[in-house]
Amino acid sequence: MRPVLFVLTFLAVIALGFWAYRENYATQAALKEVEVLQRQIAGLREGLFLQRAEWAYLNRPDRLRNLATANFDRLGLLPMEPGQFGTPGLVAYPQSDLPEVDLPVDIQGVDPTGEGL
Amino acid sequence: MRTPLRPLARILQARQDGMNPDTIEKENLRLRHEATRERTRARAELRLLILCAGFVLALGAIGGRMALLAATEPVESRASAPGVEIIAQRADITDRNGRILATNMTTYALYAHPKLMVDPKGVAEKLAAIFPELDAKALERRFTDGRSFVWIRKVLSPEQMQLVHEIGDPGLLFGPREMRLYPNGTLAAHVLGGASFGAEGVQSAEVIGTAGIEKAMDARLRDPSQGGKPLVLSIDLSIQATVEEVLYAGMTMLNARGAAAILMDVRTGEIVALASLPTFDPNDRLAPATTGDPGDSPLFNRAVQGVYELGSTFKIFAVAQALELGLATPETLFDVTPPLRLGRFKINEFEGKNYGPLASVSDIIKKSSNVGTGRIALLIGGLRQQAFLKELGLLDISPVELVEAKVGRPLIPKKWADIVTVTAAYGQGISSSSLNLAAAYATIANGGIKVTPTLLKRETPMLGPRVISEKTARQSIDMLRLVVTDGTASLGEVPGYEVAGKTGTADKPKKTGGYYDNKVINTFASIFPASNPQYVLIVTLDEPEDTTLSEVRRTAGWTAVPVAAEIIRRVAPLMGLRPRLEPPAPDAVTAASN
Repeated sequence: MRPVLFVLTFLAVIALGFWAYRENYATQAALKEVEVLQRQIAGLREGLFLQRAEWAYLNRPDRLRNLATANFDRLGLLPMEPGQFGTPGLVAYPQSDLPEVDLPVDIQGVDPTGEGL
Repeated sequence: MRTPLRPLARILQARQDGMNPDTIEKENLRLRHEATRERTRARAELRLLILCAGFVLALGAIGGRMALLAATEPVESRASAPGVEIIAQRADITDRNGRILATNMTTYALYAHPKLMVDPKGVAEKLAAIFPELDAKALERRFTDGRSFVWIRKVLSPEQMQLVHEIGDPGLLFGPREMRLYPNGTLAAHVLGGASFGAEGVQSAEVIGTAGIEKAMDARLRDPSQGGKPLVLSIDLSIQATVEEVLYAGMTMLNARGAAAILMDVRTGEIVALASLPTFDPNDRLAPATTGDPGDSPLFNRAVQGVYELGSTFKIFAVAQALELGLATPETLFDVTPPLRLGRFKINEFEGKNYGPLASVSDIIKKSSNVGTGRIALLIGGLRQQAFLKELGLLDISPVELVEAKVGRPLIPKKWADIVTVTAAYGQGISSSSLNLAAAYATIANGGIKVTPTLLKRETPMLGPRVISEKTARQSIDMLRLVVTDGTASLGEVPGYEVAGKTGTADKPKKTGGYYDNKVINTFASIFPASNPQYVLIVTLDEPEDTTLSEVRRTAGWTAVPVAAEIIRRVAPLMGLRPRLEPPAPDAVTAASN
């Protein structure tokens, strides 16, 4: 009985050692991946900041104003004026969907009941 | 097994031997006590030993950990918990809608290790060719005088960096830098101020604010625990741009030396736009002027730093106080026959006009009578007047989040004599900043509850102390409305927006004492819409002249007022203010037929 127990314990130690070895390398690989990802995130964030700065630069009000002036023929944009406020009364009601009249039928002089006029 | 104290066998034996059996009991008792003591001592010893071992283990663990920490190389934790973000970058500044006003950009600084340099002379010449501001000779001298480190430039553009790469000398090195970038250029320059580098290292440099809100909020912007959360200002980018555009056009048209405008929300005290012209580019901040008047430098913030005599815009304060104290009603008549004599001083009206002999308080404001306001102020008295102006914040440094505000300390006469009471009532002899004036007008527009100006976005209305009653505030606004409908600011009428306001034309004081004849500062302080005040707009022009007609006009009604009106006309729709349509005039024909 005892030798079997010894052998089993020995095997268990070897198995645990193997497991610990693998875990160690798996952890290091995961850490390396995290590092790569973090560097990637930092790079992307930096890119994002740059894009946002560029967006802000391209959308600065004086540039937009100049562009609106330069493209006035096509866009017809003017500064906002008090007169451009509308009232709800100015909004047209939607057209009701009446069926289109495509086959006119003359009903004048037609007896609807069929009992004679 | 427990030994009995009196074992029968021994007792009997002792009795037989004629000995006292009690001695046996005593002996046994003693032995029993000894045994107990022995046991207790052994237990106590064991406990002490365990305690000792515990201490040794604990201290050993701490000591071992310390030794380990001291002996290992510091490394960044690679398996840091996600979510806890510490961004060591200066936070962005955005406007109230989240549009970027200031952000960071990664760039490179250029430095040299002359000892690693192959050809110092050639490098110096090539660098001077790339950067025109560098001097080849001086650079070569610095490369060859034996030092081992030289800073060459703080920031490089990508093109310049490529050109430096192409020199290909191993002694030229680049260090990463965070650079502050203001994508909107000169827009809101006086609010933002500027930033530069503080302590510099090869791998990084700290960015510190040098002026404006960058300096005032420096600690907040650099705080890593904020996680890079942007600082949201109350400024609205589109409105700021419009205000600057109109103000610049007005300043150019009226040949003014400078101009300032402040647009403030009266409920929250938020400054929606703050402009000062001429302006500068915070990306390329000028060096402060060392010669001449610092007030002429574009860096000078006329809205906050500049303290001016704000002229007749002050009249409403005297009148509001008189109404508040119950000394007058808008209909009370005052003697306004000029001049108002006060000892050796004579107070006259503008251009020798005469609005007398009697005028109501309403008319005094409408026509801007110096004499009438002077009489009201004398009725109030200097002490009460001073206390009231102080309560409105006109005599103190503005609490706004700009470093420049601390420079703009109002100039107050040391002795508040009667003549000061009279001149202060119409805004001469006492100087304050436009921002203070805006806050004081906002207090009136806010129904009398004190408004503190701020540049940071606020969601909730300001809850300040009450300075004047709601009734007084309403009456004051009605009087200011009359100034625009049929007073000195008739050009300020913007259909649909019910502008109320007061003009102010103050002569500029000479450096040598006295006042200039032909140099004025014009101010228009306005509140709109009068029926439900929401915004206060202050426009100040420095030395404007209206030359469109045959005579040169320098009064605020001809200069600051039309500029302010145009600003309101352009800006109010942008802020979502719907024009209030006046009821249409009754049709003359229908009216007649009825």
